[in-house]
Amino acid sequence: MILTKAQYDEIAQCLVSVPPTRQSLRKLKQRFPSQSQATLLSIFSQEYQKHIKRTHAKHHTLEAIESYYQRYLNGVLKNGAAPVLLELANEVDYAPSLMARLILERFLQEHEETPPSKSVINSMLRDPSQIPDGVLANQVYQCIVNDCCYGPLVDCIKHAIGHEHEVLLRDLLLEKNLSFLDEDQLRAKGYDKTPDFILQVPVAVEGHIIHWIESKASFGDECSHHAYLHDQFWSYWNRFGPGLVIYWYGFIQELDCNRERGILLKASFPTDIVTLCHSTV
Amino acid sequence: MAAVLESLLREEVSVEAAVRWIARSAQSSEDDPGEAAALSSLQPLRKEFVPFLLNFLREQSSRVLPQGPPTPAKAPGASAALPGRAGGPPRGSRGARSQLFPPTEAPSTAAEAPLARRGGRRRCPGPARERGGRGPGAPEEGFSGESVPWAGGRRLRGSGSPSSPSLALSDPPNLSNLEEFPPVGSVPPGPAGTKPSRRINPTPVSEERSLSKPKTCFTSPPISCVPSSQPSALDTSPWGLGLPPGCRSLQEEREMLRKERSKQLLQSPVPTCPTPESGSPLPSRTGSLTDEPADPARVSSCQRLELVALVYSSCIAENLVPNLFLELFFVLQLLTARRMVAAKHNDHEPSPDALDSLENPLFQSIHDCVFFAVQVLEHQFQVLSHLDKGTLKLLAENERLLCFSPALQGRLRAAYEGSAAKVSLAMPPSAQAVSFQPETDNRANFSSDRAFHTFKKQRDVFYEVLREWEDRHEEPGWDFEKGLGSRIRAMMGQLSAACNHSHFVRLFQKQLLQMCQHPGGAGAAVLGEAPDVLSMLGADKLGRLRRLQERLVAPQSSGGPCPPPTFPGCQGFFRDFILSASSFQFNQHLMDSLSLKIRELNGLALPQHEPSDDGESDVDWQGERRQFAVVLLSLRLLAKFLGFVAFLPYRGPEPPPTGELQDSILALRSQVPPVLDVRALLQQGLRARRAVLTVPWLVEFLSFADHVVPLLDYYRSVFTVLLHLHRSLVLSQENEGEMCFLNKLLLLAVLGWLFQIPTVPEDLFFLGESQSDPFEVDTVASEHGLDSVPVVDQQLLYTCCPYIGELRKLLASWVSGSSGRSGGFVRKITPTTTTGLGAQPPQTGQGLQAQLAQAFFHNQPPSLRRTVEFVAERIGSNCVKHIKATLVADLVHQAELLLQEQLVTQGQEGGDPAHLLEILCSQLCPHGAQALTQGREFCQRKSPGAVRALLPEETPAAVLSSAESIAVGLATEKACAWLSANITALIRREVKVAVSRTLRAQGPEPAAWGERRGCSHACEHHAPLPSHLISEIKDVLSLAVGPRDPEEGVSPEHLEQLLGQLGQTLRCRQFLCPPAEQHLAKCSVELASLLVADQIPVLGPPAQHRLERGQARRLLLMLLALWKDDFQGPVPLQLLLSPRNVGLLADTRPREWDLLLFLLRELVEKGLMGRLEIEACLGSLREAQWPGDFSEELATLFHLFLAEPHLPEPQLRVCELVQPNRGAVLAQS
Repeated sequence: MILTKAQYDEIAQCLVSVPPTRQSLRKLKQRFPSQSQATLLSIFSQEYQKHIKRTHAKHHTLEAIESYYQRYLNGVLKNGAAPVLLELANEVDYAPSLMARLILERFLQEHEETPPSKSVINSMLRDPSQIPDGVLANQVYQCIVNDCCYGPLVDCIKHAIGHEHEVLLRDLLLEKNLSFLDEDQLRAKGYDKTPDFILQVPVAVEGHIIHWIESKASFGDECSHHAYLHDQFWSYWNRFGPGLVIYWYGFIQELDCNRERGILLKASFPTDIVTLCHSTV
Repeated sequence: MAAVLESLLREEVSVEAAVRWIARSAQSSEDDPGEAAALSSLQPLRKEFVPFLLNFLREQSSRVLPQGPPTPAKAPGASAALPGRAGGPPRGSRGARSQLFPPTEAPSTAAEAPLARRGGRRRCPGPARERGGRGPGAPEEGFSGESVPWAGGRRLRGSGSPSSPSLALSDPPNLSNLEEFPPVGSVPPGPAGTKPSRRINPTPVSEERSLSKPKTCFTSPPISCVPSSQPSALDTSPWGLGLPPGCRSLQEEREMLRKERSKQLLQSPVPTCPTPESGSPLPSRTGSLTDEPADPARVSSCQRLELVALVYSSCIAENLVPNLFLELFFVLQLLTARRMVAAKHNDHEPSPDALDSLENPLFQSIHDCVFFAVQVLEHQFQVLSHLDKGTLKLLAENERLLCFSPALQGRLRAAYEGSAAKVSLAMPPSAQAVSFQPETDNRANFSSDRAFHTFKKQRDVFYEVLREWEDRHEEPGWDFEKGLGSRIRAMMGQLSAACNHSHFVRLFQKQLLQMCQHPGGAGAAVLGEAPDVLSMLGADKLGRLRRLQERLVAPQSSGGPCPPPTFPGCQGFFRDFILSASSFQFNQHLMDSLSLKIRELNGLALPQHEPSDDGESDVDWQGERRQFAVVLLSLRLLAKFLGFVAFLPYRGPEPPPTGELQDSILALRSQVPPVLDVRALLQQGLRARRAVLTVPWLVEFLSFADHVVPLLDYYRSVFTVLLHLHRSLVLSQENEGEMCFLNKLLLLAVLGWLFQIPTVPEDLFFLGESQSDPFEVDTVASEHGLDSVPVVDQQLLYTCCPYIGELRKLLASWVSGSSGRSGGFVRKITPTTTTGLGAQPPQTGQGLQAQLAQAFFHNQPPSLRRTVEFVAERIGSNCVKHIKATLVADLVHQAELLLQEQLVTQGQEGGDPAHLLEILCSQLCPHGAQALTQGREFCQRKSPGAVRALLPEETPAAVLSSAESIAVGLATEKACAWLSANITALIRREVKVAVSRTLRAQGPEPAAWGERRGCSHACEHHAPLPSHLISEIKDVLSLAVGPRDPEEGVSPEHLEQLLGQLGQTLRCRQFLCPPAEQHLAKCSVELASLLVADQIPVLGPPAQHRLERGQARRLLLMLLALWKDDFQGPVPLQLLLSPRNVGLLADTRPREWDLLLFLLRELVEKGLMGRLEIEACLGSLREAQWPGDFSEELATLFHLFLAEPHLPEPQLRVCELVQPNRGAVLAQS
């Protein structure tokens, strides 16, 4: 699951302008049968998010919103049961969930006296039944269940995956008899930055000292890795010394270049852990 | 002065008497009356003798060490001071000095350019520093860029203008160009004229060095220089050297040197030892440019040289010279001199009658030089024998030394063989971050959340900057200020809160100590690195080759024997950071923090070694020495930075002020209290006989002083004390209780170095005898001070004073046949008197108990004291932690219970949180008093065991119990002091946190999740992962909602399997987090709605795209079971009756209501929803807008559901049986 930059680029190349639907995912799996599905999905999701970040602004101009809203209104007027919103999103190359949010906001602005708060919008997206307009509710729901990169369901899946891998890592640490402090304990002690686990007694992995371990249930591509380095890994190093990052869905090989500096990358739990031996002499 | 030397040479005065006379002024009874008479007439000149002697030797040697270009000869009249000349030397001090210190040479334009260019890249400090100035094109580039006072700049003295001192100093061309202005003959010359001078431009070996500050001070020979542009006459003086006038450009000089060197290498790859028997040059060395062989048989005047050597050595031994190692360097230069410059008097035989006068040159040949050098080395054997093994080896292998004194060679060889003083270079430690410590770094240590988070970011920016520096500072063209300056200032700008400043400074200081304690800190070539490289040269050839290779990689340092203060390696980062930050607040906090840490470390009770004490093993001793080294190096580092920051505002490129300006500045500055009371600390250190710890860091501090500092009364008195100390450290005196030899050597080395710093006026060194001892050392109280403990070893000596390694380099370069870096050395010294005494601070008293405890420890091994203090410190600290974890935690728990009660009685809101907190605290805080009792108990219980475990088994019972009780007392004191001051605040804080936590938990969000169950005991956690299930169900939902391809669908089996998996996942809680469970619950409800509405596309023959009734019911029953038994969080079942989900039915034709009715009944039956609840939902459904027929059907369903009797099970079963019919009825309607 550790890909070279070239391998990664080949996959990323196939993802340009592909809508985030289950059909696209199915095709991707067929195209790269040797890669694990989770890795492919993670790469797809990250590439798509990068794409959305780049194009986000153009969908948020007043003119764009107005034009989308009118197209939505015209569409549902013709046939409320048709996937108007979803098709609109795919057509303008925007994430369906985000398109749903955009239209919902615009709708509420028109129908409510006060502009809708973010929490109201989020709550309606989580539970479209709360949306006062039945047609819109269905349209929004359709967008959300069909979007495999954005939306409350996807967020929950990602969160669950992250949590599951932390639990997995914890189990492995317990199994290896390595004592640690977890994020909650660290937070309770008032640490300002908290990796998933700090080892109470450091270990060595492949000759590198490890003080902390961070679990990342995603693929480590350049963009996300650099963001993580800046926001997390170096901060951990700054406080706790060298450590280990596990990208459970793999990473680009070339990114593992800070080993000497104190950040080691792995795609699974390391097998050759050297622990401090207490001499019994 | 020459008169004194001449009387010595004429043997009118004995050397012993002369040295006594110089050192102590008063005539002693030992003196011969004749001698006394001879000397007393010269009394006014007494103080000037040593500087005269040193300058005399330098001048005499100037023909031998001619590495530089020929310099113009001195002007006639310079010899006015010589005896026998008309009028004799002028008696006034000006006149005397002018004789000694001719004017310094003005810069040669040719030589200036490249240096100035290099200088342009230097840091230009001070508030007025121009940031742009570091880059190309800046206005200051090429001139003042070089003139960074602490970055290697040496003060220019007497720069060309011969008229008056003030003039000389007021208009200096390129002040700090070190190579142009060796910090030597500082006193401006009188009108008498100039003296011969040497100005040597060493070819810089190291590019790195040319970029960084430490331009050498002493690679150029001392004496003043004549401006090269001034044509001057050939030397005509009796000392004259007859050098041609004029000066070549630097490039030419370098070219010459290069050629010369390559010829040497070609002709004599290995220097040959000239045999004493044959004075004739060896065939291989006939070329005029090869080294001249030295031959003892050809020494011109042994007697005269012996005498001067003796006087010179005696001055060295009495510490009358400012810098011991500088003199040794000079002597080794003489020893390794390659050849004599051809002078016109070269071949003149000295006239016999002139033997005793100074009319003839002292060194008439290489033979004379080597003879003299070996004579002096013989006298200095003791010092030599304490040098590192590498230097000893090179000395012992030196063929000239062998030729001239086989006996000395033998002693050196023996010393080498017996020496264990291998100085090794520690591997540079890689940068490690300062670890985060909750005790000092967590939120509780900050005034606000904002301050806390700001500091969080600052820490990361700091390390980001540090990492970037590590990566890039060696790249050519990279500039600290340009690369990092704005980021640093942006970060400093965020340090608004004072508390953040102190946090940041703590981080900065810790990181500094962590990275820079060893001078070889990560990543940079430093002083002291080269010695090892060269140490073994000439021995084994393979090693030599390898080391030569290394040399190419790590260029030889060229700091010379007296380099200016520098910031080698990582220290440069911290220096540049301070400069780039340009923050007054930061500097102030940094000074506060550094001062505090210095006081703390300086006062550290370092264990005193008891020689051959049976209690202490070798291991302890090694540890103690290591500990001392760590403390000393830390102190030096901290003091260096303190000096740097403290004197930063006062230093600039401009020349030191003079005259009235100086007076007003002095008046102003004397008002300013010192940043750290170093005088008091020095006095304490001397009194406690801890000079070996205090003086080295004090020297580091003072080395960054600006020009005004030594003129201030306060610091002048510090210098006076240091000068007296220097004089008192006579190496040959080794009495009982005296300072150890290497301790002395360290102090002599650092003090000697300090006295050569440009900002330290030379006139400070030669004190008048009017000075009474400024500091009476209370010897009674300090019998066993640190000074008499051999805490310094060669490793520490060379680490602190890497410039001592220059001796080895000099010898090594002789061996390797390269004359790469010889050159100048000494600066001249101006004798003057100084006044000023340090006052003794009053002593403070201590409690009787404390005194008794001190007394108890006095006669115990130091490890006992350390153990007790350690135990007390730890137990005290643990006690506080224990109280927090027990008593305070209990109180917090009580607070939570009280709060719950409050909330129950006062309703959900419970009132104002602040008010609640007050109520709780007033009830709970009084319990804090128990903390002291519990704390005492804790210390009582824990301390004795710890002391017992740590002390030797054999400790006498009485000693043990005393130690235990002292430990208990100290621990209790520490703990109780903290607790009584802080317990109330601590309880308040913890209760506050608990209250806000409880109130937050009261809020609607995580509403009543109820007790959560874990997995069953036998669970092996093999259930499918929640994320997988959500994903799968999402796929089904998206298929159902569409759009979908015609061939897409799910099989009923798959649905069943999915629900089965959901059950497993819900029963294994291992990987399940609340949000995932919430979403699973919601998705399952959505799934049920789709089942009820028959919206799930089923795979199979096209005709049968719908789920069978029975299958649908089975699936619904599975869901009902999951909702009832397996979900632990709330399931949003009311969504089943939301308009949207019920509306799904509206789209189906024909509509079938039976599944919905079935579901509603089951919900009621299983107790998942109340009847009333369902009725309410149905009621609100009717309010929504529906197509007409759908509303009717809905109303029918409503009635049907209401019509169900509230009966227990059997009847409901009946209902179920009849249900299909009703469904059919509905469907038909």
